[in-house]
Amino acid sequence: MSHHIVEFKNVSFRYPDGTEALRDISFRITHGESVGIIGANGAGKSTLMLHMNGYLMPTSGTVNIGDLYLTRQTRQEIRRKVGVVFQNPDDQLFMPTVYEDVAFGPLNLGMEETAVRERVDYALNLVNSLELKNKPPHHLSSGQKSAVAIASVIAVEPDILAMDEPASNLDPRSRRLLINLLKTFEHSKIIASHDLDLIMDVCHRCIVIKEGTVVADGPVSEILTNKKLLEENNLELPLSLQRN
Amino acid sequence: MTFDEKYYNIGFIDQLSYKNTFVHRLDPRAKLIATLLFLFTVISFSKYEIAALLPFFLYPMLLMTIGEIPFMFIFKKVFLVSPFAVFIGIFNPLLDSGQVLIFNGLTISAGWLSFFSIMLKFTLTVSTALLLIATTSFPNVCHALRQLGLPSLFVSQLSFLYRYIFVLMEETMRIVRARNMRSYGERGKGIRIFVRIVGILFIRTVERAERVYFAMLSRGFQGDMPSLKRFGIKAGDVIFAVSVAVFLYIFRFYPATQMLGRFIQGVFS
Amino acid sequence: MHMADALLSPAVGVTMWAGSVATIGYSSRKLKDNIDNKTIPLMGVMGAFIFAAMMINFTIPGTGSSGHIAGGIILTVILGPYAAFLALASVLMVQALFFADGGVLALGCNIWNMGFYPCFIGFPLIYKPIAGDGTIARRISIAAIASAVISLQLGAFSVVLETLLSGKSELPFGTFVLLMQPIHLAIGIVEGIITAGIINYVKKVRPEILEASSFSRPLNAGISIKNVLIAFVILAVITGGALSWFASTHPDGLEWSIEKVTGKGKLVEATQGIAPVLKEIQKKTAFLPDYNFKSAAREEPKGNEVPAWPGIQTGTSVAGIVGGAIVLISILLIGFGIRFFKNKE
Repeated sequence: MSHHIVEFKNVSFRYPDGTEALRDISFRITHGESVGIIGANGAGKSTLMLHMNGYLMPTSGTVNIGDLYLTRQTRQEIRRKVGVVFQNPDDQLFMPTVYEDVAFGPLNLGMEETAVRERVDYALNLVNSLELKNKPPHHLSSGQKSAVAIASVIAVEPDILAMDEPASNLDPRSRRLLINLLKTFEHSKIIASHDLDLIMDVCHRCIVIKEGTVVADGPVSEILTNKKLLEENNLELPLSLQRN
Repeated sequence: MTFDEKYYNIGFIDQLSYKNTFVHRLDPRAKLIATLLFLFTVISFSKYEIAALLPFFLYPMLLMTIGEIPFMFIFKKVFLVSPFAVFIGIFNPLLDSGQVLIFNGLTISAGWLSFFSIMLKFTLTVSTALLLIATTSFPNVCHALRQLGLPSLFVSQLSFLYRYIFVLMEETMRIVRARNMRSYGERGKGIRIFVRIVGILFIRTVERAERVYFAMLSRGFQGDMPSLKRFGIKAGDVIFAVSVAVFLYIFRFYPATQMLGRFIQGVFS
Repeated sequence: MHMADALLSPAVGVTMWAGSVATIGYSSRKLKDNIDNKTIPLMGVMGAFIFAAMMINFTIPGTGSSGHIAGGIILTVILGPYAAFLALASVLMVQALFFADGGVLALGCNIWNMGFYPCFIGFPLIYKPIAGDGTIARRISIAAIASAVISLQLGAFSVVLETLLSGKSELPFGTFVLLMQPIHLAIGIVEGIITAGIINYVKKVRPEILEASSFSRPLNAGISIKNVLIAFVILAVITGGALSWFASTHPDGLEWSIEKVTGKGKLVEATQGIAPVLKEIQKKTAFLPDYNFKSAAREEPKGNEVPAWPGIQTGTSVAGIVGGAIVLISILLIGFGIRFFKNKE
């Protein structure tokens, strides 16, 4: 049983057009941690997320997920461990019905039909969306789509959940439901977001990225109360802290 | 139709197709085959046939009522797409002037007969085709096509198409609305702007396809689309299919309308 | 130029369906062998793009009327012939089902007319050779216009042939051709200009998209001219067969066209060979005799006919009208009945 570790060691990444998106990034996330990744736009958050399951490979440095080093050969295996949820659920839900979307992962794992059916029910249940099973995605509201997108990723039972701006398109109620949901998950969670209140509610630890490198890494209670640090990164104190 | 209207239209039928009536629950393969047989039978009638076509309206009528599809909606759609058929068909009365006697000195040109025949066939075929999709959700149509033997690559691609039609229409609509709001009269709706809009959409679509591909990879995609859902045949499906086949056979080869008419005549004389 | 079911005959419909399905199967197989995994979602999403783009109306300069694109060439540029054909086939299928744009039986014709020609003829034989490696804007424009025009001309001409062979319309060949071809010439030019415009725009803003597509793929990874010609010959043979079947069963429609075009009279009916045999079969299966013209009045005494009205035996006798009225009323009553019971539930 792997330790569900996510470890970036001196990772650098340069895009084909020359942009250096990540510069010598290092951090270590252990089993069960929930970590927020914050930073200004263009700081490198999304690029970082794309390394989490091997869509992008570092130009130098190593990425270690579980007990596997990220290489072309291990990519497939790593994708079973890390579930990535995107900002736009329309990109994530690409099958004609919810059921087929959630079943996509398990089927690709080679599970047979009865097991797949159970897995789908389990995942949809977890996000309180079982009644949406036979609907096509375009009949769902954004909140429902986000929930189903999460279900589609959970269905492969990853150890680590990586999410990029999970609540950006949600109305306040859906957002609250999402936050409550995330708090119940036992997976390791890595959440990149501008929604600092969400991070405060869900995460224990916070990593600040600036110009492709880590500039701060500590408990949420320290980082998200550090007004100066936040403003240096085009951020603000979480709104709920500003009223005082 | 404007873009908005078309969008509404396709959305409306799509919503209808997810209803839960007896017709909707029928096996999609049965419905598909029944529809094809129906269409085939209707167009196999000779070009002057009118009377024998009439009983065929029973099929779309039953689909509409049992399937709870609004009559006006179907009627309007048939009406809307009729111009092409009318345009071609209207040449018939002009070109075919052989006279045909109806009764007691009243004649009509054969061209009008064939025109009416065309319009009847048109109404029957278009309404039945619409009713097929109004009573069968598109994902089910795709599954049926795959089970009936179409290549799975084609069907997978068809499913993607369906899935993203609504997403893309929405994206397009936003741009088109922005264009329309800033074009006064017809200026601004010219080809140049169109090319620009489509070019932007094109690029966005390619980018979206990349993101979708990434999402697929993230969930283990390796090149083969997994397939599910086999339909089982139920008694109701068999009864349906057989009834339709029998109905078509009888009304194609026996002039029921004529026989009925003669019977009535016999009664009254 | 979508074909409608009402103008189609079963034989033509089936023939074209066979051709289209065969091409779909062939394309799927060819694609499966050397597909880039990325193409699968790309095909579907591009299809949705074309579908949406087709819904946008623009005004055609000079005429004031509005038009929309067909998209065959642009799709083939980005996807290559096989993938583009599959994408177009699906788009047409969705259009036929949801919008009743073209009939379901006529779908076979429409997929062929609007899919085969741009993907397998317009693009490989005209666009690619002219556009070359896609670096010169002018060559792209010429290539786009030429391929669009020719694809649409072929498509329009096919519609004429299909309608003619179906025999439901009285339009003579000559008139129909004169109606279809010039209009589609104009449409083709506009389509070509738009296609070129899009390609050039994309080249300017995101050139890597085009580079990754069929510009860089060598031509013979796809089509060989030989295969295209073979396909054509096969189709010609099939259509020729269907044509002769029709010459025997629908002499009227074809007569008219031939008369109009050649100025000669009726077709001399074949007394030997397959034509009379087919005619016999047709007589037996067609229960209702075709209508007779008043000029060739024939009395056909029927056993139990009720001679309430004197006159010529035709299908639109009173019997037909009376029966017809009753049939329609019955159907309506059934419909209302069902509605009524449903509302009660």
